[in-house]
Amino acid sequence: MDFRLSEEQEKLRQEVRDFLEEELRQGLWEPSCDAWIMGHDPEFSKRVAKKGWIGLTWPKEHGGQGYSFVDRLILTEEMLRYGAPAACHWFADRQIGGAIVHYGTEEQKKELLPLILRGEAYVGLGMSEPDAGSDLASLKTRAVEDGDGYIIDGQKTWTSGGSHMNWIYLVARTDPDAPKHRGISEFFFETSLPGVTVVPIVDITGGVHFNEVFFENVRIPKKCLIGEKNRGFYQILNQLDYERSGMERLMANYPLFEALIQYTKETKRKGRPLSEEPVIRSKLAQLTIELEIGRLHMYRVVMVMDEGRAPNWESAMSKAYGTAFEQRLASTAIEILGLYGQLQPESKLVPLRGMAYHSYLSSKGYSLQAGTSEILKNILALRKLELPTQ
Amino acid sequence: MDLALSEEQEMLKNMARDFLTDKFPKTVVKEIEESELGYSPGLWREMAELGWIGLALPEKYGGGDMSFLDLAVLLEEMGRACLPGPYFSTVILGALPILDAGSEEQKQEYLPKIASVEKIFTLALTESSARYDAAAIETKATADGNAYILNGTKLFVPDAHIADYMLVVARTDEKSKGEDGITIFIVDAKSQGISHTVLKTIANDKLCEVVFNQVSVPKENILGQLNQGWSEVQKIIQRAAVAKCCEMVGCIQQALDMTVDYAKERKQYDRPIGSFQVIQHYCADMATDVDGTRLSTYQAAWMISGGLPCTKEVAIAKAWAGEACQRVMALAHQIHGAIGVTIDHDLQYYTRRAKAAEVTFGDANFYREIVAQEIGL
Repeated sequence: MDFRLSEEQEKLRQEVRDFLEEELRQGLWEPSCDAWIMGHDPEFSKRVAKKGWIGLTWPKEHGGQGYSFVDRLILTEEMLRYGAPAACHWFADRQIGGAIVHYGTEEQKKELLPLILRGEAYVGLGMSEPDAGSDLASLKTRAVEDGDGYIIDGQKTWTSGGSHMNWIYLVARTDPDAPKHRGISEFFFETSLPGVTVVPIVDITGGVHFNEVFFENVRIPKKCLIGEKNRGFYQILNQLDYERSGMERLMANYPLFEALIQYTKETKRKGRPLSEEPVIRSKLAQLTIELEIGRLHMYRVVMVMDEGRAPNWESAMSKAYGTAFEQRLASTAIEILGLYGQLQPESKLVPLRGMAYHSYLSSKGYSLQAGTSEILKNILALRKLELPTQ
Repeated sequence: MDLALSEEQEMLKNMARDFLTDKFPKTVVKEIEESELGYSPGLWREMAELGWIGLALPEKYGGGDMSFLDLAVLLEEMGRACLPGPYFSTVILGALPILDAGSEEQKQEYLPKIASVEKIFTLALTESSARYDAAAIETKATADGNAYILNGTKLFVPDAHIADYMLVVARTDEKSKGEDGITIFIVDAKSQGISHTVLKTIANDKLCEVVFNQVSVPKENILGQLNQGWSEVQKIIQRAAVAKCCEMVGCIQQALDMTVDYAKERKQYDRPIGSFQVIQHYCADMATDVDGTRLSTYQAAWMISGGLPCTKEVAIAKAWAGEACQRVMALAHQIHGAIGVTIDHDLQYYTRRAKAAEVTFGDANFYREIVAQEIGL
């Protein structure tokens, strides 16, 4: 047992921090909550790519760095700590690249991985549909083989990154007669193709990060199929373990946490800083404790990944825990800000650049994306605790 | 980074589980709880023969030369077994402080006696305020020739009724009310002027009120530095808090395991109750709390083991463990239903111990304030 990071890992962390500090110094962006999913900044992604920090864990022969998942967690932990606008490359780096490395053909690897590595693939995740949420396998979008290609018809919804995507990762039904889990395939293609229509959905914060995506007679070449035809559901289960595994499930609103602590030190009530009030101290300490517990969960998950095992129940546990923490953080922040907590980001007098307001509303979705907390607890109960289904 | 136990630690864990399961079924735990002694001298000797008492002491004092982290593994199993008796007080509160702060003479004098189970030790720290801060120390030690005269009352002293020695934390400088002027003494528990009363506690462990009335202690029995004892006391509290967390990990892991087993077996509406999602989610919540407690506890234990500064990590571990234990036990009871609230069911041993552990060596409020200071508030 050893809770220490290696010297190289500490060096990597420092390197990432130095890079982000320099970016901040140049005023290239402002730290914000949810920047990993809402902070679309193609230039930032290209700069990150130049550092070699996209595809960090991929094998070197595919242009990656061959680093461990712990290393990648350190990198993303710092990105999130600084609230850096990493949304353009996040999905491609986190799960799509890995899926192509794992399931892709040589041609796909040669063609697609460099695109991701350069920070130029802004990927939308086309999974959920109006009638297929937690029960993803009941999806209806069809991909019908037609000559040397597939014709896609159907609708996706809650497509994260949809408004900025130039590529989409799509799960569609390729065999309507097979049992529902066994007739699904995965595709990856450019969204500039004719017949793809993106309709933004305005979320509870007033922002747009997820979308409806309509596919009408969209013709894609056969080489867009990722992995084995009709095995897509099983491939995606594995991918979902990775999707859930990251620090973004614990630190998406970390900039709020730091700002909140600072606020309590600087804001006086009855002549003394809020941070001296026992109730405030207790609340912030409790959040610190919960954050550290979450952090340990997250590190446990990537250690499982470094062992070469898919972290299914571990990432279910860490994600359900982490998102619940983030919701408490946002809620506590508003509580501490009191009447000011209700002010919208654009309002006069708004504290903390409106991060508390934004995060409070936004965090309601955290426990839904990438597996609701209920689904995650099912996974825990069935796979870790081996409770019966009937 | 590596979160796994070493092969040696796995062996220790398995051996401990086998021994404790075999020797301390709940019938035995019950008997010991109800006995006046509060431990079984026979089994105490057997534990010594296994090398457990001196496990984390250097070989030259008769110990096993293992680390605090190894000890953590053993403590977890003791928590799982609800082990009654003076292991915690002798090893965590007696031996390790002497090893840490004692003079070479003191180490040679006391540590081999501990490792060979000749002597039982404990710590007399808390007083009527029941707090773990320096201001709570009112017991006085007044210099008198080659000795100090102790006067005062200590509360919640574990196993004082059977202890051969007590580490007594006393005020040697009357002018100071804070952290200065505190000294630790190694006191022969059979000294004239010491009396004790066993308190009746939720865990049925033997916490005592100990009254010191003109108790004379030789000067050479000062542990560490005169008037500078508080920093050592803080180390003792930290170490004890983490050791308590280790027991708590074992306690709630066992409560979870029992609950999951029960949920698989117990049928209502013609199906195991564990097949209902509400029960599954309760169990998932319990497992998440157990793992969070385990991770933060072992992080703190690893840091203590390596002698690293870990005020924040210890505070996080104990604050979390205290409250997580309560959540886990509440759900364990909810899932067990009425059978779990009977005195004959094993679950109640864990419920009672988890509550006692929550308030021992600092509760969540105590440690939240420390965390607040650590993050610069």
